[in-house]
Amino acid sequence: MSIAAHLPALQVVVPLLAAPLVVLLRHGGVAFAVVTAAAWAAFATAIGLWLQLGQLDAGGVISYHIGSWPPPWGIEYRVDRLTSFVLLLVSGMAAVVLPYSRVSVLREIPRELHYLYYSMFALCLTGLLGITITGDAFNIFVFLEISSLSSYVLIALGRDRRALTAAFQYLIMGSIGATFIVIGIGFLYLLTGTLNLADMAIRLREVESYRPVLVALAFLTVGISLKLALFPLHQWLPNAYTYAPSAVTAFLAATATKVSVYVLIRFYYTVFGESLVFQKLPLPQIMLWLSLMAMFGASFVAIFKNNLKRLFAYSSVGQIGYITLGLSFDSVNGLTASIVHLFNHGIAKGAIFLLIGGIVASMTTRDAVPPAPTFDRLAGLAKRMPLTCFGIVLAGLSLIGVPGTAGFVTKWYLILAAMERGQWWLVGAIVLSSLLAVAYVWRFVEVAYFHAAPAGSQKNEAPLSMLIPAWLLVIATLWFGLDTSFTVGTAMDAAQELVKIGR
Amino acid sequence: MENNLVLRVVGKLLIPFILLFALYVQFHGDFGPGGGFQAGVIFATGIVFYALIFGLERARQAVPDRLVETMLASGVLIYAGVGVAGMLLGGNYLDYFVLDKNPVIGQHRGIFWVEVGVATTVSGVMLKIFYMFASRSVAGNAHEDPED
Repeated sequence: MSIAAHLPALQVVVPLLAAPLVVLLRHGGVAFAVVTAAAWAAFATAIGLWLQLGQLDAGGVISYHIGSWPPPWGIEYRVDRLTSFVLLLVSGMAAVVLPYSRVSVLREIPRELHYLYYSMFALCLTGLLGITITGDAFNIFVFLEISSLSSYVLIALGRDRRALTAAFQYLIMGSIGATFIVIGIGFLYLLTGTLNLADMAIRLREVESYRPVLVALAFLTVGISLKLALFPLHQWLPNAYTYAPSAVTAFLAATATKVSVYVLIRFYYTVFGESLVFQKLPLPQIMLWLSLMAMFGASFVAIFKNNLKRLFAYSSVGQIGYITLGLSFDSVNGLTASIVHLFNHGIAKGAIFLLIGGIVASMTTRDAVPPAPTFDRLAGLAKRMPLTCFGIVLAGLSLIGVPGTAGFVTKWYLILAAMERGQWWLVGAIVLSSLLAVAYVWRFVEVAYFHAAPAGSQKNEAPLSMLIPAWLLVIATLWFGLDTSFTVGTAMDAAQELVKIGR
Repeated sequence: MENNLVLRVVGKLLIPFILLFALYVQFHGDFGPGGGFQAGVIFATGIVFYALIFGLERARQAVPDRLVETMLASGVLIYAGVGVAGMLLGGNYLDYFVLDKNPVIGQHRGIFWVEVGVATTVSGVMLKIFYMFASRSVAGNAHEDPED
């Protein structure tokens, strides 16, 4: 068989092979080359899968049987529109963040740990891609553990000693989440006798009225919500994002929570079915109010944070609110908004954290603990690092949702979905919550552009190897704000497919 | 515990059999209880036992850190490599049927190598964890950070 037929397996296997390989080679520079090559290969594979999917009819899926055991007995890798979209996001972010890592890691992580950093990065990538591509419930759990465990290590690699507590906190919360997820999957397995998601969906129809189905739904909802940092369950996120090495923050912020949202959508629409989740239970109401609390509460808290990384970490919690808000509408437009925002928020927040990493790197002397990017250290930064600051402002505009940026596209579809249901007050709420984003982005603008720089400061722009990847993402946020054929087109297709399956 | 004669004699006597038993569990795993994971743990306990009696330093001479790290990486590579071999021989990933002309022998061969990979990684990980915890208590007291 040709390589083309094996793309679904290679998507996961290439980064998986890279991880132990760099441990064997034990050299930071070589590890960087191997893992970057693997990430680019993964990105190429994701593009290949995307193209293959384009040749199929609408609603077509690519199915790959691991070990040639046909599903539902064997493990199936299953690629549909939504899968392919998320694969592109995850592998694309890895392909951008890894070249950036080189300089950032040299400054932020002790030299003897470099090869382990790259190994863990490859494992984390493997896990995230695996969760996305697999069509097997237990396989989701296994990959979830791979990605989570490696991300705890990645966070703990931060030089700041508080990184350890942050990682430990995340470990506890993440493990509780994973336990809930596996209990949920266990219930589903008990009821249906199958682990294949597609098969499970069919068999679940016969036992839909049994109470354990609701128990499974509840466990999965809470477990996955912990992983995706839905508002009251977000406590692990701000510390983890603040104290992790910059490149890790950028990668996790852009991918880890997004993949969890993907899992939630997968279970809700593909397995349980829309009618069960959204019509027989008050879940849309709960989700709506939690999302609103995230949009307002977390964004409000963000305004008062003095550490730039922490500020944008809280902003992430708020932005996740928009994603779950889209889910709560239970309509094609709402789901489209959710799926598009996975991507739009991923690239915007990725760009911001990469640029903040540049700021941190410029303040760090070699082999010292990187100072926190607090506002008092950022006064007049625009003079010293004009490109970095301008990039943060542009990506910040996308968080606000200014027309012409990717964030606007999401809000547009959210507002459409709200209007469809005649909930005009929600339209007001969405616009109002954007004002909070204006406030926290403005805090950065004010300090960086209008406060006087300390005397004697010189122009000190981040190195090109950090600026180029970050600016690629900044340009992407602008690009996907103007040309929405890829993002909205895909999200719309995926949403229609999902709603059709769910009925 | 180096001065404890009973432990030293019993340890020296038992450790080879512990390691041998690990290999039995490994290779008899297809027909009875056992398999790569259990074998890996038993193998690691043999070394941990040695370290407890004769000290961490001597255990590290016998099974150096570098070897442990190599073990835990190469096990994963062996496992994933079996999958890739299936792919190269014309099947899907992790397809054991194509590993031999006779698919039953192919299955056998695939599982054998996968279990070898599992045992290697598991014993590597067990030893790595043990080494890290064991060396921590010594190093931690020697130069305590002033911040704590």
